[in-house]
Amino acid sequence: MGNDQSTMVAPDELLARFDARTAAGDAIEAKDWMPDAYRKHLVRQMSQHAHSEVIGMQPEGNWVTRAPSLRAKQILLAKIQDEGGHGLYLYSAAETLGISRDEMIHQLHSGKAKYSNIFNYPTLNWADIGAIGWLVDGAAIVNQVSLQRTSYGPYSRAMVRICKEESFHQRQGYEIMTYMMRGTAEQREMAQDAMNRWWWPSLMMFGPHDGDSPHSADAFKWKIKRHTNDELRQKFIDKTVPQAELIGLKVPDADLKWNEEKQSYTYGKINWDEFHRVINGNGPCNKQRMEHHIKVHNDGAWVREAATAYKNKQNAQKTNLN
Amino acid sequence: MTREEALFKYTLRLGDNALILSQRLSEWCSYGPILEEDLAMTNFALDLIGRAQAFLGYAAQLEGIGNTEDTLAFRRSERQYYNNQIAELPNGDFGHTMVRQLFISSFEQLLFSQLRNSKDETIAAVAAKTLKEVKYHASHAGDWVIRLGDGTDESSRRVQQAVNAIWPYTAEQFEMDEVDSLLVAEGIAVDLQSLYADWKNHIAAVFAEAKIAMPGECYMQTGSRQGIHTEHLGHLLSEMQYLQRAYPDAKW
Repeated sequence: MGNDQSTMVAPDELLARFDARTAAGDAIEAKDWMPDAYRKHLVRQMSQHAHSEVIGMQPEGNWVTRAPSLRAKQILLAKIQDEGGHGLYLYSAAETLGISRDEMIHQLHSGKAKYSNIFNYPTLNWADIGAIGWLVDGAAIVNQVSLQRTSYGPYSRAMVRICKEESFHQRQGYEIMTYMMRGTAEQREMAQDAMNRWWWPSLMMFGPHDGDSPHSADAFKWKIKRHTNDELRQKFIDKTVPQAELIGLKVPDADLKWNEEKQSYTYGKINWDEFHRVINGNGPCNKQRMEHHIKVHNDGAWVREAATAYKNKQNAQKTNLN
Repeated sequence: MTREEALFKYTLRLGDNALILSQRLSEWCSYGPILEEDLAMTNFALDLIGRAQAFLGYAAQLEGIGNTEDTLAFRRSERQYYNNQIAELPNGDFGHTMVRQLFISSFEQLLFSQLRNSKDETIAAVAAKTLKEVKYHASHAGDWVIRLGDGTDESSRRVQQAVNAIWPYTAEQFEMDEVDSLLVAEGIAVDLQSLYADWKNHIAAVFAEAKIAMPGECYMQTGSRQGIHTEHLGHLLSEMQYLQRAYPDAKW
């Protein structure tokens, strides 16, 4: 993947130049020389991001056929379609680093590549669709806004585009919660139930506390990452708690308190045992999500094979005509 | 039957066809053989929901007894639905879904192309918007039927099976009843029978390219004009209507 320059310049010098460029805040482009570790870090992060968009279609898709109004169905379908589109867009961006979509899917199926842990939780009532939009996409936005300035150009541009759509998702999620909190006692109960189940996993989306976060050091040096997990988590909490209170939802954290001095909330202890348990495959839906993806992929093999066979026949015909 | 009653039933039928097919296509969400097709099918579903909203909203207005597009969609029972049975057939594999789509969208392309000139302004306006969408649906589905028909042995076999299975549900789309006759005379509706030859020619052309055999004469299923459906519709509705039926006082 190196350019002509790289064949003439010593590796140390290339690395020094690269470090200087990222330190100065330059965008790195696909054809630029980059250290292997940088490329690997990005492939890991971008493919995980793409897989998350795609796997996330499952818990939301779970309610598409049961959406309670035509408008609700339309908004939910449009949202899921956006997520799938983000997946495509991110797969293409990751392909600029020299990995194919097939390879990324293979890594997902083999367990080498991960997806966001949040989608290992089930969507059990309609308010869960609201909670995913409001909390899960809300948390994702905080993260993605920060990534808009990430050092790898294709990733940064993907994030700019994706952030625009995600803010619409968050609004529609909050709208569902608002409607339900204004509704019948049963609807309010569903909304609070969803809040109780999604709040803590949403906080976990930002990853371990800063002291326990692997992969971080290089990511900061190369400006792939620009804010710490805890900074982003705090930002999300400070933004979201007042929104919950406004519509009468209780945040399920007895230790949550406004800190006047810091002008932000202090919050209770996150259950990192649960986080690690779910990441290591023992969440409520890990097996279900992966089996679904693998089955659909395998069931669709005949379609992909047919498309390839047809294309080959067409090409052969063209060649014969020439 | 008065003109108003006929117009209500006609609009309801147009709405039901869109609603039920959109529900079927939305079932593909996260099940597509490739991500691009997952998105294409849900995109069609979105087009169809928009069309259902327009026609059911208009039907509710014509009926004038306080129904809305949503109560019409979520609070009617099987026998009160007037969609063609082909729209409610289960998705089957991707080949089945594309064949069903080809049969329906090719019909709709002819239908809406004429309904653009309907003397009913609302129907004409929705038809004009819909025509652009169904042209794309028909060509997308046709492309896939050709690709699969002339792809591998397996894909060809699957598509031929789909064609044979769905064929008996195609003629119902062209059935005329009192509603149609009354509204054709008013310049509002389309003579469906007159569309059949063009439809069949188009399908034959696609099949020729796809190397798929046209099914022979066979019994054609019927009933939807009287609200008679396949067993599948009841299951589709019980899933779709679940929240509205379980919590009748709730607003969503």
